[in-house]
Amino acid sequence: MSAELTQTRVGRIANWNVAIIAITVLVLIIAAASVDSFGTGQNFGFLVLDLLPIALVALPMTLVIVTGEIDLSVASTLGLSSAVMGYLWNANQPIETIIPICLLLGAVLGAVNGFFVTVLGLPSLAVTIGTLALYRGLAFVVLGDSAVADFPAVYTDWVTGTIGSTPIPNVLIVIVILAAVFGVILHATPIGRAVFAVGAGEQAARFAGIRPGRLKFWLYVASGVIAGLAGVLWTLRYSSARADNGAGLELAVVAAVLLGGVSIFGGKGALPGVIAGVVLLGSLQNALRLSDVSNEALNVVTGVLLIASVLGPNLAGKLRRT
Amino acid sequence: MTAVQLTAARRNSLSVVLRARELGIVIALGLLVVVTAISNPRFLSGQSVRDILLNTAILAVLAVGQAVVVITRNIDLSVGSVLGLSAFTVGTLLQNNPGLPVVLALLVGAAVGGVCGVLNGVLVRYGKVPALVVTLGTLYVVRGVTYFWAGGSQINADELPPGFLSFGNASLLGVPVLVLIAALALVVTAIVLRNYRVGRELYAMGSSPQAAQLAGIPVGRRTVGAFLVSGALAGVAGVLFAARFGTIDAAAGTGLELNVVAAVVVGGVAVFGGSGSVWGAALGALLLTTIGSALAVLEINQFWQQAIVGGLILLAIGADRLVAVRVAAGLKKRGSHVG
Repeated sequence: MSAELTQTRVGRIANWNVAIIAITVLVLIIAAASVDSFGTGQNFGFLVLDLLPIALVALPMTLVIVTGEIDLSVASTLGLSSAVMGYLWNANQPIETIIPICLLLGAVLGAVNGFFVTVLGLPSLAVTIGTLALYRGLAFVVLGDSAVADFPAVYTDWVTGTIGSTPIPNVLIVIVILAAVFGVILHATPIGRAVFAVGAGEQAARFAGIRPGRLKFWLYVASGVIAGLAGVLWTLRYSSARADNGAGLELAVVAAVLLGGVSIFGGKGALPGVIAGVVLLGSLQNALRLSDVSNEALNVVTGVLLIASVLGPNLAGKLRRT
Repeated sequence: MTAVQLTAARRNSLSVVLRARELGIVIALGLLVVVTAISNPRFLSGQSVRDILLNTAILAVLAVGQAVVVITRNIDLSVGSVLGLSAFTVGTLLQNNPGLPVVLALLVGAAVGGVCGVLNGVLVRYGKVPALVVTLGTLYVVRGVTYFWAGGSQINADELPPGFLSFGNASLLGVPVLVLIAALALVVTAIVLRNYRVGRELYAMGSSPQAAQLAGIPVGRRTVGAFLVSGALAGVAGVLFAARFGTIDAAAGTGLELNVVAAVVVGGVAVFGGSGSVWGAALGALLLTTIGSALAVLEINQFWQQAIVGGLILLAIGADRLVAVRVAAGLKKRGSHVG
């Protein structure tokens, strides 16, 4: 690949990153100006809580997609984590043991995905559609269609609460810390460079001394742990453990990541864009809901944005070349 | 590179492997039916078999269309939403024109789906957007449009003309008409894929898009064509859905896309394209539906169904991989050059 080509490619990614962040800021300003209660501190809290699961799961998903794979089982992992949490709470286990168990469970579920994809060499799309059904099914086996409530107030209050008297929700700390960790890993460590290298060309990466299988395996484990954590936080937020918690969330997460400028073919993407994508989706949803536009109607906006996020740069590139 | 080699190896001994692959599903299906029937003979009663076939019909039509797209190394996640839009369109149309012939209703459904399919195909081919992204996008857009249109309203059976509802229950020579329509779609698609040039070109595209292009196959038109077929069949499935259930709201068919992909994968159509058949996809749909009914008859907790489907998908792709590896190894041993 010539240096010139690399440069234009890098330029295009940077452009999209800037564009998506600009669009997000624009949407936030318009929403704050035109929707009455959008800019309030209370609404900010709801906004952050609403985008919490998507924001968390999108972080490892970004790394997985950059390596050229995908993980569609995340929402089912979230659901199974929530169901197990409810089951153990019903069995009178202390919450301090339940939470680590749920994270460990996430790691195991992620490792199962990783095993099928990296050891058996099966296509990740098919594997994670399989585990999507499997994990969600197991969640129903564990908890049936009942709901478990009455989690300790200390924990539920922390999740829904804010820092002191500021309008900043506590969970924002979790998002910021994890986003920083994943951002540093992806953009400032050898692991991150390996992730990009594997996505750009697995064979070449192997010749450069990277072990693509091992890397992908651990990324799936990370994806599972974060999805497990998202399940715990989801349960505490609504104080309700249910087997169908987070159903269908995987598509929203993939949409947010792709909207953030990550290439589905791997090798390209950046975390700031993904975070902008998550915020864009979350705030659009929030603002439209406040304006009494139905949630389902918002689907149109999500879908169009998703297609446009890939089509736009493609068309722009075509125009520039001619 | 390995994927290309494997598919190449697979195609060399195509008939043997494919025959074996579909035999596997038939055996699994046979075992399931025998075990269930032994434990409860009611499972083989006319009504029970009829219900299974009717439920399979809709999933099988969708799976046939999906298989066509997957064979070209693409995917169509929008089918559940397209089914919903088609069902609601046809339902509204019949509400306002009770005299509309059923054939026309089917054509309208196919047309609605076809338009969605062409949109998908054009975006994939000419917009150079990956199929997963495009159809994930149209999954949202089409569903959103249906919600915009329908709002919270619902079309009930008593608002649909009796002629249309009796079409949903009618039988010809003891076989439900809906099942016959699904069978017709299956047979026609299977013949075109197997015996016609267009069909072979779709397999060639899935095996190696670059080689197909170099061989002079009109890849653009064929891609759009594959999505057109998938969309149109999803539209037809929408009409079947309306006729079978009679109650249609904006949420009809939500989440169905994953079942469809599951049926196709279980049926032995490789997600990387170039291999598999619509027979396998339809058998996959039949197997998944039968499992659902068998669990109810065996009085196993219904909650296990989804977990079993998931396990089955993993088993199916694992087995396919094993067969592919063994075929490749066998060919190497015989000294025939692969890749």
